[in-house]
Amino acid sequence: MATKTKFQVTPGPATREAFGKALVELGRVNPDIVVCDADLSKSTHTHLFAKEFPERFFSCGIAEANMIAIGAGLASSGKIPFASSFSAFAMNKGFEQLRVTVAYPNVNLKVVGTHSGISIGEDGPSQMSIEDLSLACSLPGFSVLSPADAVSMTWAIHATAAHQGPVFVRGGRAKAPVIYAPDQKFEWGKAIELAEGADVALIATGLLVAESLLAADILEAEGISASVVDILSIKPLDQDAIVKAASTGAIVVAEEHLSDCGLGVRVAQVVAQTSPCVMEFVGLSTYAESGTPDGLLDKYGLRASNVVEAARRAVARKRS
Amino acid sequence: MRKTNNPAELAEIAKRVRREIVTMITAAQSGHPGGALSSVEILVTLYFDVLKHDPENPDWPQRDRFVMGKGHACPVLYAVMAECGYTPLDQLNTLRQMGSIYQGHPDVRFIPSLEASTGSLGQGLSVGLGMACAARLDKSPSRSYVVLGDGEIQEGQIWEAAMFGAFHKMDNCVCIVDANRIQLDGFVEDIMAVEPLVEKWRSFGWHTIDVDGHSIPDLQRAFGEAEAMKGKPTCLVARTVKGKGVSFMEDNPKFHGVAPTKEECEKALKELA
Repeated sequence: MATKTKFQVTPGPATREAFGKALVELGRVNPDIVVCDADLSKSTHTHLFAKEFPERFFSCGIAEANMIAIGAGLASSGKIPFASSFSAFAMNKGFEQLRVTVAYPNVNLKVVGTHSGISIGEDGPSQMSIEDLSLACSLPGFSVLSPADAVSMTWAIHATAAHQGPVFVRGGRAKAPVIYAPDQKFEWGKAIELAEGADVALIATGLLVAESLLAADILEAEGISASVVDILSIKPLDQDAIVKAASTGAIVVAEEHLSDCGLGVRVAQVVAQTSPCVMEFVGLSTYAESGTPDGLLDKYGLRASNVVEAARRAVARKRS
Repeated sequence: MRKTNNPAELAEIAKRVRREIVTMITAAQSGHPGGALSSVEILVTLYFDVLKHDPENPDWPQRDRFVMGKGHACPVLYAVMAECGYTPLDQLNTLRQMGSIYQGHPDVRFIPSLEASTGSLGQGLSVGLGMACAARLDKSPSRSYVVLGDGEIQEGQIWEAAMFGAFHKMDNCVCIVDANRIQLDGFVEDIMAVEPLVEKWRSFGWHTIDVDGHSIPDLQRAFGEAEAMKGKPTCLVARTVKGKGVSFMEDNPKFHGVAPTKEECEKALKELA
């Protein structure tokens, strides 16, 4: 949806809140939906499901490896399990189980990792998942979704339940700026073009979508026309959207994730194979620290201003 | 397939399965004979007597589930499943060859009637418990049976699963620890001791039965006791001999993961005649 009205940041519900509510909606219409949790249900918002469907909620205690494999067993017997924890714990402590008991036999398990990225704030790096997209994308057969706001998260959870095959959905702790109207239509595996532009394409996921929309307005004032693309689906990746973005001759990829193993390198692979162009990357290069979410996003360079700088570099390189 | 609860008939099947294990691993010239031979009676008793299953209808939703936690011992599972009619007997000797359905570790992509792909130790009990959770939700009589190695239970996930099974009162799940006392690097007690097994599982909230893992009548009684137990999962601590049935493999750590030579195979088959 092309728009030239200026983007206003309106704080909306966190994606984890949307996840918890969507699970309850699903639970009401599909008796096969079950939930596995590792003592974080109040944080991931799966407690809403637990309250309404206690018999379909499996408390696994602080034991993520077991939780993932319990989910695999439930899925193998026809249930649609959502296993949920902080992304740092579900993906890192459960990774070997995701590899051998989920991905390799292609089991229909859904993993939702909340509290991804550095915007969780004060808890610090042990709780900050900055490598989860890389881990999830390394599992053959997995689909990987990274919604930017509550509306897209709600769609993602419903679509994940309907999809046959393992899925990882990345969610956040912080209030997510509203990107979409409630009636927005999404498609599995498709990116969403939020703004059209001719000079540079800003490809973003998660919280960086809002920052990229802000960046596009700043660039516009400088005479640089920037498109903005929300990569809701990290895997499968929307090749057509990337080829279109590359037609501007310059791409910036922005993500709240390690830059050398996340969305950026996946986009670069498509660009290299289809339509080589100048690329710049906005992301993390190391572990962060405790702080306020806003303070950390500033310090670690995940702001609209960082996207703007990257876009200026990309456009300059393209023109040189 | 014809099921039987006659111990003599089951012992005959077990002898056939042992011959098939030795033959297929010799043909492959790699694999894990010791831990396959130690769990022969456990699997034969399960598949030919205890389990409610139908090889003609492997997707029957109410079937009992079997998970081979110690996936490296899969030759015993392959031989037993082939004897049941799930898979071709005449292909057992393609074990570990490219394209064979009899992969180096159990792989559901090649044998869809397997309940789980295993091979990385420590995960099977969780998977079996997850299946038992699904059966409970469905009000299905289906039960889960999981065979673990005594070395395998050094994995921490086993104890996560043990807590889960007791906490959720999964009385439709049975785990069988094939306590053959040997792992790859040597005797379990020298690598990372796991005894006292019965006390460990009991303290984790499981009903435990100490059983001779080569006595078919004892195993039958133990599985019956497990089925009657309400409110707790059951763990059979099956005392077994690694390499059971082949004199030079018995209690010999070398045959954890080394295939017999052709000459050794001939000698073994004579002993198993």
